[in-house]
Amino acid sequence: MDLKYNSEEQKFRAEVRAFFDAELPTDIRTKLQLGKRISKDDMVRWQKILFRRGWGAPNWPKSFGGTGWDIVQQHIFEEERADACAPGQNPFSLKMLAPVMQTFGNAAQQEYFLPRILSGEDWWCQGYSEPGSGSDLASLRTSAVRQGDHYIVSGQKTWNTLGQYADWIFCLVRTSTEGRQQQGISFLLIDMKSPGITVRPIIMLDGEHEINDIFFDNVKVPVQNLIGEENKGWTYAKFLLTHERSGNAGVGICKRALKKLKEIAAEQMSNGRPLIEDSRFRDRIAQVEMELMALEITNLRVLSATAKEQRALGPEVSVLKIKGSEIIQQLAELKMHALGHDALPYVREALDMDWVGNPLLGAHYRSYAPPISGQYFNQRKTTIYAGSTEIQKNIISQMILGL
Amino acid sequence: MEFNYSEEQLALQDTLQRFISRDYDFGKRRRFSASPLGYSAEAWNQYAELGLLALPFPEEYGGLGGTGVDVMVVMEQFGQGLLLEPFLSTVVACGGLVRDAASDALKQKLLPQIAAGKLKLSLAAYEAAGRYDLSYVATAASESGGNWRLSGRKTVVLDGASADYFLVSARSSGKVGDRDGISLFLVPHDATGLTIAAYPTQSGARAADLLLEDVAVGGEALIGEPGRALSLIERAVDRAVAALCAEAVGIINALNQATLNYLKTRKQFGVAIGTFQALKHKMADMLIAAEQARSMAIIAAVHADSNDAADRHRAVSAAKAYIGQAGRLVGQHAVQLHGGMGVVDELIVSHYFKRLTMIDLSLGDADYHLASFSDTLRPAS
Repeated sequence: MDLKYNSEEQKFRAEVRAFFDAELPTDIRTKLQLGKRISKDDMVRWQKILFRRGWGAPNWPKSFGGTGWDIVQQHIFEEERADACAPGQNPFSLKMLAPVMQTFGNAAQQEYFLPRILSGEDWWCQGYSEPGSGSDLASLRTSAVRQGDHYIVSGQKTWNTLGQYADWIFCLVRTSTEGRQQQGISFLLIDMKSPGITVRPIIMLDGEHEINDIFFDNVKVPVQNLIGEENKGWTYAKFLLTHERSGNAGVGICKRALKKLKEIAAEQMSNGRPLIEDSRFRDRIAQVEMELMALEITNLRVLSATAKEQRALGPEVSVLKIKGSEIIQQLAELKMHALGHDALPYVREALDMDWVGNPLLGAHYRSYAPPISGQYFNQRKTTIYAGSTEIQKNIISQMILGL
Repeated sequence: MEFNYSEEQLALQDTLQRFISRDYDFGKRRRFSASPLGYSAEAWNQYAELGLLALPFPEEYGGLGGTGVDVMVVMEQFGQGLLLEPFLSTVVACGGLVRDAASDALKQKLLPQIAAGKLKLSLAAYEAAGRYDLSYVATAASESGGNWRLSGRKTVVLDGASADYFLVSARSSGKVGDRDGISLFLVPHDATGLTIAAYPTQSGARAADLLLEDVAVGGEALIGEPGRALSLIERAVDRAVAALCAEAVGIINALNQATLNYLKTRKQFGVAIGTFQALKHKMADMLIAAEQARSMAIIAAVHADSNDAADRHRAVSAAKAYIGQAGRLVGQHAVQLHGGMGVVDELIVSHYFKRLTMIDLSLGDADYHLASFSDTLRPAS
């Protein structure tokens, strides 16, 4: 047992850090540092920069053009990325669709789609949830009816993240109503430019447009866009969810948020003293930091055991998802509480890069303050998406404990 | 990075597991606990034969040169089997302290004897009014012509009933609460003026309060430099805390296994109670707590031998605080899910619960270590 990074890994960390220092565009870095809105263009620009360095897909095997990094290298990359305030890469294509396509897709699909994901050419989004199908995902009703060389897709997907930017969407659709509801699901790739698709924004509680309803009205989809076999989509869907959840631990992001929280608590004043000197508040930070220390090791233990045994990720990722989502929420909450009164102002334009301050707000209202309350409200999603905490506990009790 | 035990460590674990199932089942453990000694002298001899009692000592003193992770392997099984023998006091805390700080002559005298199972030591470092603060030392040490006289009281000395020697902290200068001025002495159990008030603990072991009334010891009994012992004691206690974390993890796993079995076999309303979601989710919380606690125990174990006192203490305190909380959750849930069977003496569950609870209260509870960890977050001024 040894928790130290070896010299190769330390060298790797230095290399990653030097790359971020040199290549991360200053405007993008500043936006992330200050919690400003980032655009599709920012994310795509960053993906292209990573791609040029050969780091377009940190989690893919080399055979598909990925980095082939091991678990520890991926962990280091993610930690450095978060610390450098570099944007995350599109998770829907890189971490969710790609593992499915690499495992269950055919050669033509792999050859066409994967390079376009790597280069940043295509933006993907996810079509899973429906208005009537949340935690009970397998009850989904969006239908795909075979007509010659096409499926005709009709229905509604919801809670779709960043679909307003998307070139493509991967969808779970119902191709059969026979047997158990899990047995009639298929996994389809749909071009967002297809006639009959409407994207309608859903404004979240922080006032931002991050998610959408997507309507499909007799949308024609070529049959070659089917992944794997018809009616086997539930298997691929679960495989994808396991990969999605493994990314939800978010240790790197949590570490960055913890660092930020400490900075804020050192800046904000309470009774004329820095807030961090108030032991009642500091103990709450300490409590979250302990959880995060444990999660970092639990995360590496789970992922390295999986890699060592050369098996697919299993239900133990639910442990990571539950803890990671709770920790990021607690950090968001503490950042907001650290602000005290300054958590109250809602200055929507302050999330734009060109905002120069509001004369009505005094010098006490610091540059880090505007996004923080909104982030707290927004982060309530983390224990709900990708299978709520309660669903994760069902998975743990059924799949790990055998209850 | 490596998150698993080595081949040798797995072999040691296997040996201990076989020892527990053969010689230390729950019935036997109950008898050992009820015996006048409060543990098994036979088991202690077997530990010596297995080399456990030599584990962390350097080879030149008959030891095996083991690490904090080796100690973790052993202590996890101490938890699993609820073993009562004074391994923590004798080998981890006091043996480690002697190894770190005693003169070569004293090491030659004590370590091989400890390794052979012939000598037991207990650390007498806490005083009633100081709670968990190791610098709260009112017990007085005065020097005259190279000899020392000690007077004062020491409280809840773990395994104190059977110790041959005590390592006693006493103040040779300064005032109560000062970091400087604390000295450490080796005091034989039969020293004139030493009264040992022994009693059983809630978890079935033995402890003692010590009254020292003008106890005389020679200059050779002083361990380390006079007035400079606190950092030595803190180091030994950090190591013992890391070991307790591992013991707690052993118990947490055992409790989870027992509770899971109960959920699968106990029937109510015509079905196994583990089919009820309210109970399933508690069990899932227990599993998560176990995984997180294990990660913290690993952090503590790999830091236990560190010479960087601040880094070591920070890691160990975080682990002890976290595991105190996680142990409370698992222990209370385990009892709750066992229903009435959780609150009877007959099942091992209540004994695991009691030991886990007492581990939290030993060597600094969750609140104490949370505060200790939290204080490290203050910006350096």
